[in-house]
Amino acid sequence: MDLTYTDEQKAFRDEVRAFLDEKLPKRLSDKVAGGKHLVKEDYEEWHAILNEKGWLGVTWPEEFGGTGWDAVQRHIFEEETTRASAPRIVPFGVNMLGPVLMKFGSKEQQDHYLPRILSGDDWWCQGYSEPGAGSDLASVKTSAERDGDHYIVNGQKTWTTLGQYANKIFCLVRTSKEGKPQEGISFLLIDMDTPGVEVRPIVLIDGEAEVNEVWFENVKVPVENLVGEENKGWTYAKYLLTHERTNIAGVGFANAALQNLKRIAGLEKSGGKALIENPFFAAKMAQVEIDLMAMATTNLRTIAAAAAGNAPGAESSMLKIKGTVIRQEINALTRQAVGPFAMPFVSEALDEGANVEPVGPDYALPATQSYFNNRKLSIYGGSNEVQRQIISKAILEL
Amino acid sequence: MNFELTEERQMLQDGLRRYLRENVTPEALNEATDSEAGHIPALWDGLTEMGVIGALFTEDDGGFGGAGFDLSVVFEEMGRAGAFEPLLETGVLAGGLIADIGSDAQKAVIEEIVGGKILSFAHTEPGARYDLEHVTTEAKKSDAGWTLSGRKSVVGHAGIAEAFVVSARTSGAAADEDGISLFLVPASADGVDIRDYAMNGGGRAGEVTLTDVSIPADAILGEEGQAYPALEKAAARATAALSSEAVGLMETIRALTVDYLQGRKQFGQPIGKFQALQHRMADVLIEIEQARSAAINLAGHLDAGRVERERHVSATKNLIGRAGRLVAEEAIQMHGGIGMTQEYALGHLAKRLTMIDHRFGDTDYHLERFIRLSAA
Repeated sequence: MDLTYTDEQKAFRDEVRAFLDEKLPKRLSDKVAGGKHLVKEDYEEWHAILNEKGWLGVTWPEEFGGTGWDAVQRHIFEEETTRASAPRIVPFGVNMLGPVLMKFGSKEQQDHYLPRILSGDDWWCQGYSEPGAGSDLASVKTSAERDGDHYIVNGQKTWTTLGQYANKIFCLVRTSKEGKPQEGISFLLIDMDTPGVEVRPIVLIDGEAEVNEVWFENVKVPVENLVGEENKGWTYAKYLLTHERTNIAGVGFANAALQNLKRIAGLEKSGGKALIENPFFAAKMAQVEIDLMAMATTNLRTIAAAAAGNAPGAESSMLKIKGTVIRQEINALTRQAVGPFAMPFVSEALDEGANVEPVGPDYALPATQSYFNNRKLSIYGGSNEVQRQIISKAILEL
Repeated sequence: MNFELTEERQMLQDGLRRYLRENVTPEALNEATDSEAGHIPALWDGLTEMGVIGALFTEDDGGFGGAGFDLSVVFEEMGRAGAFEPLLETGVLAGGLIADIGSDAQKAVIEEIVGGKILSFAHTEPGARYDLEHVTTEAKKSDAGWTLSGRKSVVGHAGIAEAFVVSARTSGAAADEDGISLFLVPASADGVDIRDYAMNGGGRAGEVTLTDVSIPADAILGEEGQAYPALEKAAARATAALSSEAVGLMETIRALTVDYLQGRKQFGQPIGKFQALQHRMADVLIEIEQARSAAINLAGHLDAGRVERERHVSATKNLIGRAGRLVAEEAIQMHGGIGMTQEYALGHLAKRLTMIDHRFGDTDYHLERFIRLSAA
């Protein structure tokens, strides 16, 4: 038992810190820390900076141009970049599709797509959920019918995050109605510029259009865009989901959000004193901090096991539940902390260079927006109820 | 970063788990609760022979462990078995305090402790609740040495202890940290009166009344009036031990409950097939993992600086209290009627787990303390 980093790990942490000090543009970290709107160019700029250093493919092996880092190094990187308020790495190409192509893609697909993910030539989005396939993902209906050298795709995907920026989408499509629902699914790569693809934004309760519907009407997709074998897409989808679940606890985000909450609670006044001194509020804050301290260690225990070669299984479901509950609680307390100024909704104040004064303190609107936006945490990536089912089956064997 | 046990601790864990599994049964525990001894003397002898008590002391003090993670290993196994031997009182509290601030001559008793001598720690007083600094028992200098008078409450295994480490005030007011001293008092000393009783969750304890108890001058441990930092440290170590004991209790409760969910049939199927119970059990499991992490956090910070150590004490004890209540209550609920019976193993474990929240500060006490320490 040793709760501290080794000398090597400490040296790595210092290297990451030095890199962030030197290369993370203040313009970007100010936007992230201030809860401002990030646009496509912001993400692209940060990706390019990381790629230049060879640090974009965080989860990738070196042979594909990745870092080759182990689980602890990845954790340190995540911890430090979050602490420094770096933009997040857009996960769809780098963390989701990349690993699938490395494992199941053809040599041609690997050679073509992987470098383009790192270079930023392609921006991928994820075509998984459908109006009738949410938690029950295997019931996807979007069809891909073989027609000579092409598939003809018809159907609708939804909740496509940042699809408005993407030029490519990876999709789960139905290629067979035989057998169990899981057995007729294929994994298809689709060019968003193909005729018949239409993206329609969905405005969420935070007023932002972060997600989209993607419609397919007789979209012609070359057969070489099939990943792996036809009707084996469910296997690849599950593999992708295990990668989606790395860093699922979101300890770094939770720590950053807690620091922000403490800062705000120190500035806000209640009954002539700082809110942080109100015993009721302080108790709620302390409670979630204590939960986070334990969860951070639960997370490290999982990471240490992963670094020792044990693939994370249903443990990630536990981290997903606890991690999202903690983050949502911090968000709720932060919303509570800003008081009446949680109400004014002047979204333009969060746009860079818009020159619109916020109403009340500048941290008020981001607090409310994060609260509403992060209600998604316990819904996406397999809702917390689905995670409980996984725990129940895989660990408890009920 | 490493969450594996060292080879020595792994061996200790394996050996202890096997020994306790073979020697502790629900019937034996029920019987011991009703017995005059309030524990299982043969088990104590066995633990002594295995060197389990020695694992609670450092090599310098005559043991072969003594670190936070040694306490974790030992107490998690004791919890897993639901045992209530005087290990905390003897090895961590009384023995731990002697090891921490005793003179070389006084430390000679540690060899006897490692060999099975039972001591206890007479500290808590009727009005103290969980305030460690609340001491009104008086120690006055006399020609012979010291004269002690006062009343100590819920002293664990008081009836079988051969000696007590007693806290008493040599100066200052009831709630001052300064002015508390510790004394080694034989149970047989004149003026020591013990009202011995059974405890919820197993074991026995006693109200210890000291009436003009006369002890020699060299019975004082450490410097006069300066015992508080040692008290706080001993309480921290005891909290770490109890937290691990709680984790062990939770693991056994979890196993019993999962077995029950798999085996008990109602409405034509195992009740574990019902989603209402599956989700509750999944939440129980998550909180047990949180409790384990909290216990690790504290064990790993026992040697940290005072504020950092005590922040972890309060964070961990708060979480253990909450998780313990959830695990105990949910397990009883999911078992239904059988969980309410004295005969079935769960009842004892759930009670013992619940009672841990009443030792060295409960959930709310430590939440408030965590806030205070964090602001410091």
